[in-house]
Amino acid sequence: MAGYVLRRFLGALPTLFLIVTLTFFMMHAAPGGPFDSNRRLPPEVEHNIKAAYNLDKPVYEQYLIYLDRLAHGDLGPSFKNKDFTVAQLIGIGLPVSATIGLSAMALAIFLGTLLGIWAALRQNHWQDYSVMTIAMIGITIPSFVTAPILSLIFGVYGISLFGHEFSLPVGGWNGGAFANMILPVTVLALLQIAVIARLVRGSMVEVLRANYIRTARAKGVPTSRIVFRHALRAAVLPLVSYLGPAVAGILTGSLIVEEIFGIPGIGRYFVQGALNRDYTLMMGVVICYATLIIALNFLADIVYALLDPRVRLT
Amino acid sequence: MTATGSTAGAETMELAQGVQGRSLWVDARRRLFRNRAAMASIIVLGLITLMAVLAPLLSAYAYDEINYDIVSCAPGWWPWAAPCSAGGSHWFGTDAVGRDLFVRVLYGARVSLAVGLVATLVSLLIGVLYGATAGYLGGRIDGLMMRVVDILYSLPFIFFVIILMVLFDRNFVLLFVAIGAVEWLTMARIVRGQTLSIKQKEFIEAARAGGVSSFSIIRRHIIPNVVGPVVVYVTLTVPGVILTESFLSFLGLGIQEPLTSWGVLISDGANEMETAPWMLIFPALFMAVTLFCFNFIGDGLRDALDPRDQ
Repeated sequence: MAGYVLRRFLGALPTLFLIVTLTFFMMHAAPGGPFDSNRRLPPEVEHNIKAAYNLDKPVYEQYLIYLDRLAHGDLGPSFKNKDFTVAQLIGIGLPVSATIGLSAMALAIFLGTLLGIWAALRQNHWQDYSVMTIAMIGITIPSFVTAPILSLIFGVYGISLFGHEFSLPVGGWNGGAFANMILPVTVLALLQIAVIARLVRGSMVEVLRANYIRTARAKGVPTSRIVFRHALRAAVLPLVSYLGPAVAGILTGSLIVEEIFGIPGIGRYFVQGALNRDYTLMMGVVICYATLIIALNFLADIVYALLDPRVRLT
Repeated sequence: MTATGSTAGAETMELAQGVQGRSLWVDARRRLFRNRAAMASIIVLGLITLMAVLAPLLSAYAYDEINYDIVSCAPGWWPWAAPCSAGGSHWFGTDAVGRDLFVRVLYGARVSLAVGLVATLVSLLIGVLYGATAGYLGGRIDGLMMRVVDILYSLPFIFFVIILMVLFDRNFVLLFVAIGAVEWLTMARIVRGQTLSIKQKEFIEAARAGGVSSFSIIRRHIIPNVVGPVVVYVTLTVPGVILTESFLSFLGLGIQEPLTSWGVLISDGANEMETAPWMLIFPALFMAVTLFCFNFIGDGLRDALDPRDQ
């Protein structure tokens, strides 16, 4: 086990190196730079600014400087957000993005699994068809359509519940207040609920036909125990291997959701950084995301091995 | 299939004359035709494509014809808002600068479908060649090639596409290539898996014994036999690509004005949703229906080509 973890860790390093290299040269291959503006700066001022950020050196030298800094854990200063280092900006944005992303993931796993089990138990009945139709709709309607519609219904028109009028905030973060999180988390979770429900239904239908389930039934084990104790453990395996891509999907989705709801997460920093050619900020966010994806893929493999005794981590 | 046919003996040929033979493809087609959801989807998708192709003929308005007298007009038949005086002949109403929304939705369909098809073709080409090569050559080369795919899998690709689009000024062609280059990985894995099992078959051995070159074996004998799963995956890739494009357009990184795509239209519509809901509803409806169709066709093809679950 320890050997496996070590090997996975060492395997991740070349991947990260590749990501850093690719992103770096892609950015520098493009025309234009972070300090190009419509206003013409005097040449000596421009030269001084570039020199301060090492932009006057040849690209390979900048690359080596960047790698050297990175090896010391320094992501460098942000080109555009003066007075902030990239690490500080990520430190501000990441907790926000993580809160939303993890809440959405937890919600999606819980609801998606329940819906999937329900559909599988009522296979080819109306319950099955309605869950699968809703799931299909969830997959085909993109988040940037559901987001404005939901904010119109629940935010602008408001809802009336137990005689009280509620309306959810449709934007802003407000220090992570619960009310501010409801809409973004829901929008982010919808697609994943749909995918997970389909996945779990598929594997559950197959598992329920297995011999050991029939044996359990013959022995008179109550259905709830069969489903949640015996069948579910086998049926969630495809879900676990889906978690890696799902996390990537949530991260991508959060780019849109953060943009729509005005949430100060790192997704917004990335889009802004890209538009402003804030090289270091872009690099920092990409490295941060890549590390997350690699780490979570690794976690998914471990969970898989814990659930399925046939799998050995070697 | 041709290769297995040619190795069949003379007796089977004689037998086949008495009985009407049914190939895998005929069987698959029959099963597909019986799948009502898939057939309806094919028809609807065909209609949308036809409308997109014939867009200039279907509307009296040009897609970039701005008319500030009829800004954000409701369609003539819209019951909840009074149309402007000149709004009657705009079936889907007009947008925020008075352009006819119907023709813009169709032009958006052109771009979205084109991106979907071309990017999928790019991913198909790379994925099939890569996967078939890795699977056929096997051994250390296979291990190396698949290791590269594994590494690429853990890259946050959407970020690369965004970086590319920002840095190279929203180049239209690049959009196709960038999305295609993202989507080929799964294709390569599927094709490799299929190739590994096919290359054990006798007809491949026969071809090799006959002195056919590796490249020809891959091209003539292996690729035709992996078509089934590939076709299924292609129909499921197209909607994914359309979504990616619309997502980029939504962030303002996709198609540029006056050209449009469903993502751009939806993004514009979302801003005007409270006052002009038709600007969101129609493009979103077209896009959702199209994605629905592709998914149903994909599911139908999978059921048709993989008879195990029947």
